[in-house]
Amino acid sequence: MAIKKKDDVLLKIKDLRIEGYSDEKWIEIVHGVDLTLHRGEVLGLIGESGAGKSTIGLAAMGFARDGCRISGGSIEFDGMELTTTPESALRALRGSRIAYVAQSAAASFNPAHKIIDQHTEAPVHYRIQKRVEAQEDAMQLYERLRLPNPEEIGFRYPHQVSGGQLQRAMTAMAMACRPDLIIFDEPTTALDVTTQIEVLAAIRDIVDQFNTAAIYITHDLAVVAQMADTIKVLLKGNEVEEAPTEKMLNSPKEDYTKSLWAVRSFTRKQKNRPKTKGAVPVVSVQDIDAAYGDVKVLKDVSFDIYAGMTVAVVGESGSGKSTTARCITGLLPPTKGKILFNGEELPASYRDRTKDQLRQAQMIYQMADTALNPKVKISEIIGRPAQFYSGLSGGELKSRVDELLDLIELEPSKYYNRYPPELSGGQKQRIGIARALAAEPTFIICDEVTSALDQLVAEGILKLLDRLQRELNLSYMFITHDLATVRSIADEVVVMRQGEVVEQGPKDKMFKPPHHPYTDLLLSSVPEMDPNWLTTLLEERGVDNVGEASDASNKG
Amino acid sequence: MGDILSLVAKRLGYGVITLLVISILIFFAVELLPGDIAEAVLGQSATPETLAAMREQLGLNQPAVVRYLQWLAGAVQFDFGVSLITGDPVSSAISQRFANTLFLAAYAAVIAVPISIVLGVIVALLRNTIFDRVANVLTLTSISSPEFFLGYILILYLAVKTSMFPAIASLRGDMDFIDLLYRTFLPALTLVLVVTAHMMRMTRAAIINLLASPYIEMARLKGTPPWKVIVRHALPNAWAPIINVVALNLAYLITGVVLVEVVFVYPGIGQLLVDAVSKRDFPVVQACCLIFAATFILLNLAADVGAILTNPRLRHPK
Repeated sequence: MAIKKKDDVLLKIKDLRIEGYSDEKWIEIVHGVDLTLHRGEVLGLIGESGAGKSTIGLAAMGFARDGCRISGGSIEFDGMELTTTPESALRALRGSRIAYVAQSAAASFNPAHKIIDQHTEAPVHYRIQKRVEAQEDAMQLYERLRLPNPEEIGFRYPHQVSGGQLQRAMTAMAMACRPDLIIFDEPTTALDVTTQIEVLAAIRDIVDQFNTAAIYITHDLAVVAQMADTIKVLLKGNEVEEAPTEKMLNSPKEDYTKSLWAVRSFTRKQKNRPKTKGAVPVVSVQDIDAAYGDVKVLKDVSFDIYAGMTVAVVGESGSGKSTTARCITGLLPPTKGKILFNGEELPASYRDRTKDQLRQAQMIYQMADTALNPKVKISEIIGRPAQFYSGLSGGELKSRVDELLDLIELEPSKYYNRYPPELSGGQKQRIGIARALAAEPTFIICDEVTSALDQLVAEGILKLLDRLQRELNLSYMFITHDLATVRSIADEVVVMRQGEVVEQGPKDKMFKPPHHPYTDLLLSSVPEMDPNWLTTLLEERGVDNVGEASDASNKG
Repeated sequence: MGDILSLVAKRLGYGVITLLVISILIFFAVELLPGDIAEAVLGQSATPETLAAMREQLGLNQPAVVRYLQWLAGAVQFDFGVSLITGDPVSSAISQRFANTLFLAAYAAVIAVPISIVLGVIVALLRNTIFDRVANVLTLTSISSPEFFLGYILILYLAVKTSMFPAIASLRGDMDFIDLLYRTFLPALTLVLVVTAHMMRMTRAAIINLLASPYIEMARLKGTPPWKVIVRHALPNAWAPIINVVALNLAYLITGVVLVEVVFVYPGIGQLLVDAVSKRDFPVVQACCLIFAATFILLNLAADVGAILTNPRLRHPK
């Protein structure tokens, strides 16, 4: 992965400016970014959402999304000036010489066609290979990317293949015409940590083998540290700084970069269970089973949450974390077992619970965007539960809403009459918190509340939740797949896998060996800032023993 | 595929139940009509004696439920009783007329469905261009005009002024197929104009709706030409709504053609129904309504099955 000679420049972007159309005028969103990429080099583009990473990545293909346009600067790809090249000639580059790997492979594969037919589309279209040759080549690529059953997997439809496998199949598809440059746009963001490793390993292998240059777009520093030769940091359409990976990690120059590096510095002191005998947990989940139709999804799940404590429930997608939350709130009545609240058994279905039982347990959701009705004023979103549970109205209601807005650190007079789409992601999540607080609960379920947020914003939300917990003596059930979040906020950890609790205990014990093998797998899969982390890990585990492969071996 | 067969069987079962409910509605709705059937049939020649005899003959003395069951038992075997006017069996009167209506519907559908889907794809490809707008205005105009009005316009320009086509679509037994197509062209064209807009606009909307999908962006980033993006990547995922609107329009072609048939004096089932209603020939009315209901149910069933067959998630389960 050594940086190539200076004269071997593949892509040279100078003073790139891109405009986006909003409110009936063009607004500049990328303000003059320079970028130079040599053959075989991997450049990491990092930044928060809105930094313009994807927009710049697509511009490198001469492509602008609907509602965007390249308004200035030059993009020179292998001697060709893309800003003045006609659309038909640009199209001939795409897929053949520059390829793209999207964030969500599940959404970016066409559900109506077999994977291999989508793979062979570009090489057949460009007459690089005949269909049958292209299919054979696809199978070879699948094998190199360590996909199971490489001869057969391409003949499945996208929905028949798992997310991690699809992401590798998409990388294979990008390789179909052996392009000079691949744009990876957050290719592992939607994946579990255990699956992420195998995709990262696969991408790195194949980029090395074919000496392909790549632009790797991500918001995850630890990931980019594994992949990139050079890192460029972006903020709101401007370049902050650029340096070789090692140098960037060890001695960032700019304050913004340092602040990114310092994120996740937030920690709080771990609390322990009350020592007094006979202390009753706020929530006690006892041996519950649950099923969706005939499919059993939870088996013998038990854990306790004590007053004022945070219990993090971790596990990969499909491990039953959110289903457990649905059982506690009564949305999905368990088929076996019971849920106690302050020692009293709760009716299984929320329909049979009293208003007071309902108010005690509230939820905050992952996607604040979809969890808030965009057509309802903030005052009403927060006011409704206050009205419903506490019977407030008129002046009392207004002062309660103001109080709640104060509590979540938003100026009441400014936000009272606004609508959710006018707010930023972090602000929306704060409204979600205020809505939960409006019911005056003692227990809140936080379902991946920080996963959709940028790191700095996420940290703010964690701090807020921590402060509220201290002030209001709240108990949290914190559902997450992000172990860094667990490290910073949890008191106790419950590890779930395939609907069962694998291991549970206080955080300090859980993060120290010896672990249950699955806990160990989860912990060791979290990327670290060390650029050699992936290499070391793969050496330790062996390449055929990461992600799903190791999953299979652990099942036995 | 076994899943799909059992699903079709299940839907057919529901269809039969629906049809049963509709048959009850039809029978008792006719029952509710004011006046006495015997009186209506006899008209001015009604005397107390003839009325009594007529009622006896028609079985009107029996309770309605018994008559319904008798009628239903007959209908199951395609025996809808005897026409009150002509005295012929209803089924023989209807079958030829229904065949004529099916022919006209098929004629219109064979032209309208491909045209509207191809046009829909083209306007989706050329969206927001002049072509798109002109196509939209033209099809909207044709769908907003009443079909009898469209029919008369066509007669005026294509029959009266230029005498390219006959204004009256009368049928004779000895016509060959080409002649048949020629004579029924104007009513078929009227129907085509009425149904094309709806199907075309739905095709356009269904495709444009998908253009924001990540897999469409992926296709464009693979260098796929725009027409191929639409035909290969968007259209296969747009079939479900398109099939549904096509089925609805096919049902309209069979059951909603009364006015067109009247305008062109076409001997279809719609005209028969109008005649039967005006003459109070209730067995014929009931039979026609039942056939219309069955057509609707069958076409909707076909649409559901079609939507399932075009969905790879349902066709190829995990």
